[in-house]
Amino acid sequence: MKHVVIIGNGIAGVTAARHIRKLSDHKITIISAETDHFFSRTALMYIYMGHMKFEHTKPYEDKFWKKNRIDLKKAFVSQILPDKKEVVTKDGENITYDSLILATGSKPNMFGWPGQDLDGVQGLYSYQDLQSLEKNAPNKKVCNRAVIVGGGLIGIEMAEMLRTRDIPVTFLVRETSFWNGVLPSGESEMINKHIKDHHIDLRLNTNLKEIIADENGRAKAVVIEETGEELPCNVVGLTAGVTPNVEFLKDSPIALGKGIKVNRLLETNIKDIYAIGDCAEQHEAIGNRRTIEAVWYTGRMMGETVAQTICGNPMEYNPGHWFNSAKFLDIEYQTYGWVFSERNKKDEELHFHWKHADNTKCITIAYHRDTGQFLGINTFGIRMRHNVIDNWLTEKRDVEYVVNHLKEANFDPEFYTHFENDILATFSKTKATI
Amino acid sequence: MSKIQNDMSLTGQPPKTINKQQKLASALGLIGLFILLIALFNVILPGGKVIWLTTSLVAMATGIIWFAHAGYAHKKAGIKNDGVYFKSLSSRGLWAWSLGIFITLFYVALYWFPQYLGLVEDGDNNGVIALFDPLSKLLSGNPASQWFVYGTLYTLAILGFGVKFMYKYWHNKYEVLRTCSVMFFQLAFAFVIPEILVRLNQPYYDLKNMWPLNYDLFAGYKIDEFLSAGNVGLLMLIFGIISIFVVSPILTYKYGKRWYCSWVCGCGGLAETAGDPFRHLSDKRQVAWKVERWVIHSVVVFVTVMTTAVIFSYLRGNESSNISEWSNLEDKVVIMSESQGKSIGERIKQAEKAKAKAVVFLYEENEAPTIEDTEGITIDYIVASQSENKQALHIIKNGNEAIIKNSNSNGENLTVAKQQDIAVYDDFWISKEFFIWFIIGLLTLVFAWVMLFKRDALAKDAKYGAIGYFVVVLSILLFTYFSNPGKLFFFDAYQLRKSYGFLIGAMFSGVIGVGFYPLLGSRVWCRFGCPMAAILGFQQRLFSRFRITTNGGQCISCGNCSTYCEMGIDVRAYAQKGENIVRSSCVGCGVCSAVCPRGVLKLENGPEDGRINPTDVLLGNDVNLMELMNNKK
Ligand SMILES: Cc1cc2nc3c(=O)[nH]c(=O)nc-3n(C[C@H](O)[C@H](O)[C@H](O)COP(=O)(O)OP(=O)(O)OC[C@H]3O[C@@H](n4cnc5c(N)ncnc54)[C@H](O)[C@@H]3O)c2cc1C
Ligand code: SF4
Ligand code: SF4
Repeated sequence: MKHVVIIGNGIAGVTAARHIRKLSDHKITIISAETDHFFSRTALMYIYMGHMKFEHTKPYEDKFWKKNRIDLKKAFVSQILPDKKEVVTKDGENITYDSLILATGSKPNMFGWPGQDLDGVQGLYSYQDLQSLEKNAPNKKVCNRAVIVGGGLIGIEMAEMLRTRDIPVTFLVRETSFWNGVLPSGESEMINKHIKDHHIDLRLNTNLKEIIADENGRAKAVVIEETGEELPCNVVGLTAGVTPNVEFLKDSPIALGKGIKVNRLLETNIKDIYAIGDCAEQHEAIGNRRTIEAVWYTGRMMGETVAQTICGNPMEYNPGHWFNSAKFLDIEYQTYGWVFSERNKKDEELHFHWKHADNTKCITIAYHRDTGQFLGINTFGIRMRHNVIDNWLTEKRDVEYVVNHLKEANFDPEFYTHFENDILATFSKTKATI
Repeated sequence: MSKIQNDMSLTGQPPKTINKQQKLASALGLIGLFILLIALFNVILPGGKVIWLTTSLVAMATGIIWFAHAGYAHKKAGIKNDGVYFKSLSSRGLWAWSLGIFITLFYVALYWFPQYLGLVEDGDNNGVIALFDPLSKLLSGNPASQWFVYGTLYTLAILGFGVKFMYKYWHNKYEVLRTCSVMFFQLAFAFVIPEILVRLNQPYYDLKNMWPLNYDLFAGYKIDEFLSAGNVGLLMLIFGIISIFVVSPILTYKYGKRWYCSWVCGCGGLAETAGDPFRHLSDKRQVAWKVERWVIHSVVVFVTVMTTAVIFSYLRGNESSNISEWSNLEDKVVIMSESQGKSIGERIKQAEKAKAKAVVFLYEENEAPTIEDTEGITIDYIVASQSENKQALHIIKNGNEAIIKNSNSNGENLTVAKQQDIAVYDDFWISKEFFIWFIIGLLTLVFAWVMLFKRDALAKDAKYGAIGYFVVVLSILLFTYFSNPGKLFFFDAYQLRKSYGFLIGAMFSGVIGVGFYPLLGSRVWCRFGCPMAAILGFQQRLFSRFRITTNGGQCISCGNCSTYCEMGIDVRAYAQKGENIVRSSCVGCGVCSAVCPRGVLKLENGPEDGRINPTDVLLGNDVNLMELMNNKK
């Protein structure tokens, strides 16, 4: 019986295991160092906020694994020996494989800031990070102030978490406006305001210079690059993005860039070794995608694909139209297709932007300057129907069609107020002025 | 040193505790409750009941609403579940246990020891029930009973906590409308209208409370009450039957069972409002789902058999052939009209043994029957023509004096005095035979339809379950019918109804269903016990336009939906597969959709085609792969 070993029990590794089980009778072993069972990383914040307990973040009951004959092993893999087809755990155990899938995920970026290893300084990625946060910031008496460095999706989640315990939060963002490397300015500005409305001390155009320790080696303040201001705090959250978790492969013959280099079949340079999820890096970007895609869905899709290859039906990773979603405090965000920020967009990409007067809802539709072709849509505070928009993108509809048919794509709960007419009116008006 | 103190004060931090205003509000509400406790111990309150009752109710209502205002009003539109798993009350802590025990005790007193609440059978109430007399008199004109006290507090809870729920979900119009709806139905249909009906000398009837949830709807005393109330009563009975067989199937087809369970029903109403802080405590394990299916369908079998038995015995009791010395006929004039069966003379003798005063045999055909076996009859009896005596019968039924004309012109006529008690037999157009065969036919029809057209929609165990239950019910009915038409089923119908009332009506829906809110979650009854929910759910699963649509590939498996599903449905298991949720137990509360941080779920009604859509690969991946995997089945 062929033995498939998977390192990492995140969404990528687990999806691969499930699909291999569906397609074959191979022996499957998942090795992971973080937790005994797969849990949803995206739900870490809800544990700290008291919405859920850890057990609720596990998508499958514990008995699922045995029932589906997926062996679980909690261990850290320190070495891979491709010649012998073995992986070696930190405890010195050798496990042989016929196929090996690397799904080791990411770790938080650390940019070599002075003081980044002090007590009270942490990222938010793993379950252990969550436990540290519970220890570092159980309440506002122990943690008088927290400083979060890095304005991305995890940073804003961390700010929201701390605010539920009334802990004052200062949010240092390097950019001129929140996440404006990704979001067009209208949206980014709306989120700036929303962050401030939640009593988060948002500091734009601000960089971290260093973190200062107290006599016990704990963080006690941060110093701001631009002003030299010293901000007293007890916890520093480093959330300036993530990077593939591939340290343990440095001495192996597996080719690495930032992540593990793979081709479209998700194969590494070594036979029978594959890489999927956050840790995989495509040789060449697929369409407008990045070479490393560190989101939930892509990890899942790579898992679905690699299972086919391993079970004798070689298949390229061929993702469809891009989509993603997030939540900024109370505002839900969805994106389909490509809507680039002013910083990254090409000249041919034009935007139609609509914003509701209450500053919690807006949409941006990207279309081609010459052909009018619909390129993508961002929505804030309005839910969209994935399959409808996916079809529009495939059918290459033009922007007029999309604006006129927006109602079909609405996915808000029943009885919600609709804004399609207002959006259409705004669209007609802007068109008239061009 | 200071460090230790910090740690000790952990519990005093948000979101674990409530804020100062909320504490004051709780105190106010507790004062209202305290007044009721004082009344319970018969402490004489100065100033009269009206003032104290008003103070108590107003204090409780204000307390709840103030609490909600202080907790939510300053917050932004959004999900407000911070600290749910830190608070003792909502995470099975000490407070939860205390509250659970308190409510349980209340239910035990309510069902089995109402005298401790102050109920006095013949005479003036005392205790807390007496406190409610003024309100009851205002509405129905009668003194309060334990049920009136319960109804008032129940309504107060739905209204007060309904407002709280709306504060919490203010941003979600579906939730707000739904809550307004349950508040309205509770206040108007369950509370005020029935009391006013009583005031107008009509039967007490909560129009929205359908069989089988309202298992007493077809109990003999209830049918008598309807029939004796003339046209209004008859209309009510017809409405009850139409709502079961016509209104409910249509609405469930169009909107799913949510139209009842989350928009109308009182049990659902309480669960959604007062029970909301406990919704996440429902058991999500697959084992629980298994238990649920067995228990709830057994209750359906129980209620079906019980109701059939009750109606059967009622119809049987209406047959003059079944008059015996135990029939309660003392000093009554008996009217009968069935020519088949036991000889008429024998029936008259039985009536005499039961101490009847006189017997009238009405006939419809042209020829009067002759009566045999007449030796030994000492009471008056006559044979009379139905058509000739129409007028007289009408007068008698209205309680006035009239003369019934003998069919034999030589025979004596019978004079029936004013206010004479009469007992009418054989006046139903349906016989017990017809009824039993009707029920058997109906069940067979439903069963055959499911097996023929909906077979594929049922899992294997569901199919076996359905067959098993069908066989059991049919054999009980047939066995009864053929083996011993005199006696009823294995048990006496009255006993059966009594045990149903005790086990299901009181223990399950009351004590466990509500008393255990803080420990087992708010919908234990609706999920494991309610036969109405089971029947609606059965239809929702097989024959309805309702589903919860999963939005392509957007699910991040976070688990909020499953956690906050009060019915214990593992919503995420479907959502993360890109599959729509079509489950019989879903009451369509909409909370899974509300709490989902990625906008993945939408409750909607749509074409039945493609409603159930099993998928292995979700939208967003290679189209060929999606087709390959999703169509291979
Ligand atoms: C707080 C937070 C919120 C997020 N929210 C979203 C979101 O809303 N939407 C979205 O699309 N994405 C989100 N993401 C990103 C998303 O969670 C990741 O893209 C995804 O979890 C990556 O999955 P993976 O399977 O590739 O790796 P991971 O989930 O990181 O799993 C890898 C596992 O492998 C283990 N491992 C690594 N190396 C070894 C070794 N040598 N030996 C043994 N075990 C090892 C790790 O401990 C880990 O358990 C979020 C991430 C975080 C941290
Ligand atoms: S599945 Fe959703 S709508 Fe249905 S009962 Fe559960 S939470 Fe309510
Ligand atoms: S459907 Fe929504 S709430 Fe449920 S697991 Fe998926 S993302 Fe979370």
